[in-house]
Amino acid sequence: MTSPRPSTFLANAVRSGARSAVDVLEEHLALIESGDGQVHAFNLVTADLARQQAIAVDRTVHAGEDPGPLAGVPVALKDNLCTRGVPTTCSSRILEGWRPPYDATVVDRLHRAGAVMVGKTNMDEFAMGSSTESSAFGPTRNPHDTSRVPGGSSGGSAAAVAAGFVPLALGSDTGGSIRQPAALCGVVGMKPTYGTVSRYGLVAFASSLDQIGPLATTVADAALLFDVIGGHDPCDSTSLNRPTPRVLSVLDDGVAGLAVGLLTEFLDGADPDVVARTREAARALAAAGARVEEVSVPEVSLGLSAYYLIAPGEASSNLARYDGVRYGLRVDAADTVAMNRATRSAGFGAEVKRRIMLGTYVLSAGYMDAYYNQALRVRTKIIEGFASAYRRCDVLLGPTTPTTAFPVGAKTGDPLTMYLSDVCTIPTNLAGHPAVSVPFGTGDDGLPVGVQLLGPALSEGTILKVAAVVEAAAPPLAPPVLAVGDRV
Amino acid sequence: MKPGWEMVIGLEVHCELKTATKLFCGCRNVFGDEPNTNVCPVCLGLPGSLPVINQKAVELAMAIGTALRCEIRPSTFHRKNYFYPDQAKDYQITQYDEPINVNGHLDLPDGTRVGIERAHMEEDTGKTSHAGASGRIHGADYSLVDYNRSGVPLVEIVSAPDMRSSAQARAYAAELRAVLIASGASDGKMEEGSMRVDANVSVRRSPDEPFGTRCEIKNLNSVRSLGRAVEYEADRQIALIESGERVVQQTRHWDEDAGRTVALRSKEDAYDYRYFLEPDLVPLVPDSEWIDAVGDTMGPMPAVRRARLIELLRDAGDVTESQADQVATVVDLGLDGLVMAAVAGGVGSGLALARTANEAATDVEAARHLDPEPFVALLTMEAAGTLSATQAKAVLADLLSAGGGDPAAIAASRGFEAMSEDSLAATVADVVAAHPEDWERYCHGDDADRKKLSQFFTGLVMKATRGQADGKAVAAELQRLRP
Amino acid sequence: MTGPERLTRDEVAHVADLARLELTEDELELFTGQLAEVLDHAADVASLDLTGVAPTAHAMAVSNVLRPDEVRPALDRDEVLGQAPSVEDHRFRVPRLLGDAP
Repeated sequence: MTSPRPSTFLANAVRSGARSAVDVLEEHLALIESGDGQVHAFNLVTADLARQQAIAVDRTVHAGEDPGPLAGVPVALKDNLCTRGVPTTCSSRILEGWRPPYDATVVDRLHRAGAVMVGKTNMDEFAMGSSTESSAFGPTRNPHDTSRVPGGSSGGSAAAVAAGFVPLALGSDTGGSIRQPAALCGVVGMKPTYGTVSRYGLVAFASSLDQIGPLATTVADAALLFDVIGGHDPCDSTSLNRPTPRVLSVLDDGVAGLAVGLLTEFLDGADPDVVARTREAARALAAAGARVEEVSVPEVSLGLSAYYLIAPGEASSNLARYDGVRYGLRVDAADTVAMNRATRSAGFGAEVKRRIMLGTYVLSAGYMDAYYNQALRVRTKIIEGFASAYRRCDVLLGPTTPTTAFPVGAKTGDPLTMYLSDVCTIPTNLAGHPAVSVPFGTGDDGLPVGVQLLGPALSEGTILKVAAVVEAAAPPLAPPVLAVGDRV
Repeated sequence: MKPGWEMVIGLEVHCELKTATKLFCGCRNVFGDEPNTNVCPVCLGLPGSLPVINQKAVELAMAIGTALRCEIRPSTFHRKNYFYPDQAKDYQITQYDEPINVNGHLDLPDGTRVGIERAHMEEDTGKTSHAGASGRIHGADYSLVDYNRSGVPLVEIVSAPDMRSSAQARAYAAELRAVLIASGASDGKMEEGSMRVDANVSVRRSPDEPFGTRCEIKNLNSVRSLGRAVEYEADRQIALIESGERVVQQTRHWDEDAGRTVALRSKEDAYDYRYFLEPDLVPLVPDSEWIDAVGDTMGPMPAVRRARLIELLRDAGDVTESQADQVATVVDLGLDGLVMAAVAGGVGSGLALARTANEAATDVEAARHLDPEPFVALLTMEAAGTLSATQAKAVLADLLSAGGGDPAAIAASRGFEAMSEDSLAATVADVVAAHPEDWERYCHGDDADRKKLSQFFTGLVMKATRGQADGKAVAAELQRLRP
Repeated sequence: MTGPERLTRDEVAHVADLARLELTEDELELFTGQLAEVLDHAADVASLDLTGVAPTAHAMAVSNVLRPDEVRPALDRDEVLGQAPSVEDHRFRVPRLLGDAP
């Protein structure tokens, strides 16, 4: 069974001259124009810049040269990826108007692969959230049901792919921010192994957990995008200096003989319909020749707590630089301390303030060891727990999220409940491992369900080839229908 | 220092490393450029930027560790969190509980061994200037920030509280500066801020007592300020204790003009820096091969070089106090190589040292780059009497300003010719004959008279020969004529 | 090992001060409750006995990542200063400073 390759198909059409990159772009810009009023996937559509890029791609083709594997493929970027001269806001007032003087490494690599970047997608402010509702610029809606959230924090990127605005998008995943919205929007999203994709130019949330990854309509497209953006970067000290596995070529290898562990802890807290889809996916893998057994990794149940100590701790430090001195918002005051306070209080939203305070608290004198250092020890336990599971099986399978997409506004008043929607994705970030979410049918409410494949470090090839089998067995998902021009 | 008291001093020295680029980015590390011209996303703390450690900075830090006999260990970087506009990220990347160098020592010229607790790496801040009449922070209406210095590599060297006098503190600072220069790690320019000293001072009545409460003094911009500030601070603390009050642990600012220290903040206001491991960097784990390679590139340290020169001088006789000072000078200036080369070329150590310390040292930069060969040839001519001391000094000045040359040719072009013995004897005889009373006193006076008159006659001979006579030869001729 | 005491309103005010955030009385009240709830949830972690377990700060263990001491082009000063809220004399201008760095 072969995973569909729409982006490869598109790129090949442009490379061969059968289609022009400009035409492809205009088609997608028209879709965005007609549909994004209801979805609000984009903070900014860079149509003119995209046209210039598309023209350049077509010129390259006419000159008899190869623009690259993503020739003319429209790609959306999460608005925490730095783009030279193009506003990069992290959906925060504090960065409104900031135009970075440099491109993120991934942006540079997309450019060199011939991709056409169409705009910056909405997100939870500074990637802190699970619904894209903490954006300072208003929430993104789920294209499958605009009364529902798309998940988050990469909700804009997931919604843009689900709505058909772009075939590919980049997101960032600190605790599930690619996989959770991918699941809720019915698309494929992968968080790669920590260190395989450069973080240079990704505005930091929690540096030891952040990782950029692909969102796409199919497993093969996600693999293609990962192959383009991955690989060592000397500008990121945590970038792994070893050959990153090329994954696209191994996708069709099948799962015969592979051991798949159905992760008990992830099933325990999930809704029955989500559990049912996950078990169906497991049966599909067994039918394809995998050996499936239930596996318990008790340590993962500590993941959520550890994450909400580690990530805010790092974030409180990463977000200190927004002080009104060098760039972005300044609210004036008589002295610099007052100016810092006024700027930060006006520029950050409630969720960001909460996490900065939580992080400042857990790092402060007297609490550091009980909270932050203790969470780092839990991290060790989680890694050990996974290591023991991976001695028994090649990959782990579980739901990506405990529920399908929830209504807009349902959880905004209760941070802890919101945090719980990341319970199945967080352990992977703490371990630094890769995981991919693949759509598998719908819940009782008719909304997409995503199942997740987890593997040890650098096992992208393995989890993606298992994901391809799940994808092939999944019930078809009806594409979202957006009422043209109707704004919500 | 009041009798009956002892002061206890520990010093924290920050030195800027002599790299081409900053600690975590490729921006130039230079002093005095136009503001905000050596900046990039990393040292401006722009969102999304990431630090990458400069290999040369690590090697210079290891060179300092080697020079200070430290244990060089695996190390990590932490974030020290505090808000200040000169700190581009509002945290400083610094080594905290796992520094690269620990447990070393520095021996002072007087033989005192000062422990080195640690010598760790960190990044410098930008530079803030204050708008307003005073140019100081207080009373300024606003301030301006230049990030050229942001991210410049620093090593902070923390001594043990092993010094007991302001003289020792000054000697430590001077010796450390010499070591930093000799190791190639820093230029040690206190006036440009590339070496900055903070002093921890406490007092006690006797060495048997535990340490007293200490105060940290900042803003010491010269070795001299260090000495004054330490003296002032010790006296202040003694006066407090003697009047029945207690010393409060605090940070104090040295006011150079007023000659006193002023309280900045007390320990109760200790800031909560929330140190945690820098997640954007990975550990440094130097193996012995790397450490040895760094050590192999380093020349001998000042103490060793001074000892070598003293030994050479001893071979030729007793070493005077002024020669010991000259030895310290030439080693500090990095000119001891010239002395060594001259001695190796057969020149007497005393002459080689004197010409280096007194004449070559007047143009240090030129002297450092001077080819030893013409220098040795010149001193050989002087020693042989071919040139007088005055002539030799003039030729040396020419050599330095021209960056080299042939001393014989320079001497010839200046019209310096060695006087024949006959012509010298005739001139001396003329001078003696013209001053019979002085000659009488020279011949029959006491030693002091003879010394004074020898100088008198030598001066006359020099005048008559326009400096071409050799002073030593004149003295010898006078001695020969004496009945 | 037992977890720390429950978070107080004063602590939240102190933390806001450290983080240079200004909170209204209502926000202070709200955040104190919400943060306490998160920390209560984290009590499972805080109360574990993990003596002898090494903390993991980096999931992927690498070391000695270095770059050569080579000069790279600086950013254009006008572009850099053009992003700043206030500039004077090619420097970033900030309001009065109340004291030296802590």
